[in-house]
Amino acid sequence: MRRYSLLAALVVLAFVMLFPFLLVGLNAFKSPEEYSSAGPLAFPDGLYLDGIVAFWERVDFGLKLWNSLLISACVAVGAVVLSVLNAYALGIGRVRGRLWILVVFLVANTLPQEALVYPLYYLAKQVGLYDSRLFVILIFTVIQAAFGTYLLSAVLGRFPAEILEAAAIDGAGKWRALWRIVVPISRPTLSVLLVFFFIWTWNEFFLPLVFLISNDNQTVPVALGVLQGDRLMDATMSSASALLGIVPAVVFFLIFQRTLTRGIAVGAIK
Amino acid sequence: MRSRGYWLYLIPSLVLFVSVIVLPFLMNVATSFTRWSGVGTPKWIGFENYARLLKDERFWASFQHNVALILAMAVVPTLLGLVLAAALFDYIARRFGPRTASALRAAFYLPQVLPVAIAGVVWGWLLHPSYGAVNEIFGLDVNWLGDPSLALATVMAIMVWFQLGYPVVIFMAGLQRVDPALYEAAEIDGASWWRRFWHITVPQIRPEFFVVLLTCTIAALKVFGPIFVLTRGGPAGATMVPSYFSYLNFFERVNVGYGSAIATVLALIIIVVTFLFLRVQEREP
Repeated sequence: MRRYSLLAALVVLAFVMLFPFLLVGLNAFKSPEEYSSAGPLAFPDGLYLDGIVAFWERVDFGLKLWNSLLISACVAVGAVVLSVLNAYALGIGRVRGRLWILVVFLVANTLPQEALVYPLYYLAKQVGLYDSRLFVILIFTVIQAAFGTYLLSAVLGRFPAEILEAAAIDGAGKWRALWRIVVPISRPTLSVLLVFFFIWTWNEFFLPLVFLISNDNQTVPVALGVLQGDRLMDATMSSASALLGIVPAVVFFLIFQRTLTRGIAVGAIK
Repeated sequence: MRSRGYWLYLIPSLVLFVSVIVLPFLMNVATSFTRWSGVGTPKWIGFENYARLLKDERFWASFQHNVALILAMAVVPTLLGLVLAAALFDYIARRFGPRTASALRAAFYLPQVLPVAIAGVVWGWLLHPSYGAVNEIFGLDVNWLGDPSLALATVMAIMVWFQLGYPVVIFMAGLQRVDPALYEAAEIDGASWWRRFWHITVPQIRPEFFVVLLTCTIAALKVFGPIFVLTRGGPAGATMVPSYFSYLNFFERVNVGYGSAIATVLALIIIVVTFLFLRVQEREP
C-alpha cells in the first residue's frame, strides 16, 4: 500500500501541473456558447476553429511568428559567433587580465534590463532604430554573448594544446586554427549554446515590449501578453490565444529536447 | 609566443559591449541624479531621487513583494524540487522503472518551457473574473487577481507552478553522478528514505542547489513579464515590484530620473546578492 501512495501523490501533482494545459487544449476549440452552456471541463463537440482563426487574423499571428523566429535565429547565430571569438581570446589565447574581463561579462549577464532600458531607448530614438527588429537583435546578441563567453571560455580553457601546436607547425595561423580546428571540435557545445540562445531570446518579454511597439514588429510573447484580458476577447478566444503561445514553445522543446538535456550536463543552466 | 595577438578577437565584443551595456548602464546611473522627463536637458539634483526613494512607501512595498516572490520563485521550488527529485530518483525510478520517473519529470517541467509572459496569458484566462475556467469549475466567484488581499498570493502560486520543474530537472541531472550502489548499500544497512535523502542526496547535489537558488533568486528580483501580463502591479499596488515600478516611471509617468534611481538600486541589489552567493558557495567544503 505504501509502495503506491507516493506514486499516487506524485501522479496527482503531475496532473495539477498539466491541468492548465489541458484546459487550454479543451476550450480553444469551443464556441463561446458551448463554453458557457457545457462548462470548461466538457469535451468539445467537434472542432470549432473560429476562435483560433479570428484571433490569428486579429493579431496577424503568422507575422508575429516570423518576427520571433527571425529575431531569435539572428541572435542565436550572432551571439555564438561573438562568444566563440571572445572565448578563443580568453580560454585559448589566455590574454592578460582575462579574469577581470570574465567578471565584467558575468556582471553584465546579471544586470537587470531595467537598468539599461531608458538609455537604450533614448539612443535608439537618436539613431532612428526605435521600433526596429535590428536593434533588438543587436541588444540580445550582446546580452546572450555575455553568458556564452563565460561558459565557453571555461570549455575552451580545457582545449588540448597539442592539437593547436600541431596546427601551428603545419603553418595554420590563428584565424585558420579557430575556424578549421577549434570550432569543428567544439561543435557539440556550440550547438547547445545556439539552442539556448534561440529559446531564451524567444522567451524574452521586457525589452521587446519597450522596443517593438508597432504591430509589424512585435514578437509572439509581446503580442499575446499585451492582449491578455482585453475587453474584446471572449472566453474561448482567450483560450485560443494561450494555445497559440503554448504550441511553438512546446514544439521547440520537443525538437531540441536532446540538446537541452545535454546543455544541462555542460552547465548551460540559467 | 602563443598568447600574442589574441586580444584582437575581443575587439568586436568590446565595441558592442561598451555601446550596448557599459555606456547605457553608466548613463542610467548618471540619470538617476537628475530630474528629467525624457525631453530637454536633465536637471542635476544630486541624491534627491534616492532620498525620495527611501521615503516612498510604494517603493518599500514593491521590495516586500519581491521578497514574497523570492519565496515563491526560489525558496519553495528549490526545496520542493529537492524532495521531488530525490523521490523520483531514489524511489520511483527504482520501484517503478526509469520511464515512470521521466514521464513524471516531464510533467513537472512542462510549464518551464513556456515564455513567462505566456504563462501569464494562460493564467490570466484561467482566473478571469467573468469567464475564467477556475471559477466555473469550482463554482466560485473569486476575483483572484483583482482583489488586493488575494492578488499577490495568486501571483505567488502561479510562479511556483511555473518554476517547479527547473530545480527538479537540474537536481535529477546532478543525481546521475551518484553511484546507485551507494543507495543500495545504504538501503541494505537499513537506512530510511529520509536518512538516505540527508546523507547521500543533499550533499551530492550541493553545487546544483546553490546554482538553482541563485538563478531563481535573481529571476525573482527581475520579475516583470507575469506582473505586466497579469496585474500591471495592481490592484492598488498590491503586486507592484521594483522592475515594474521603474517601467512605470520611465514610460508612463515620464519621471525618468526617479525610474533610473529605482533601476540602479535594483541592479546593485542583484550584484550584491550574486556576490554573496558566490562567497558562500566558495566557503563550502
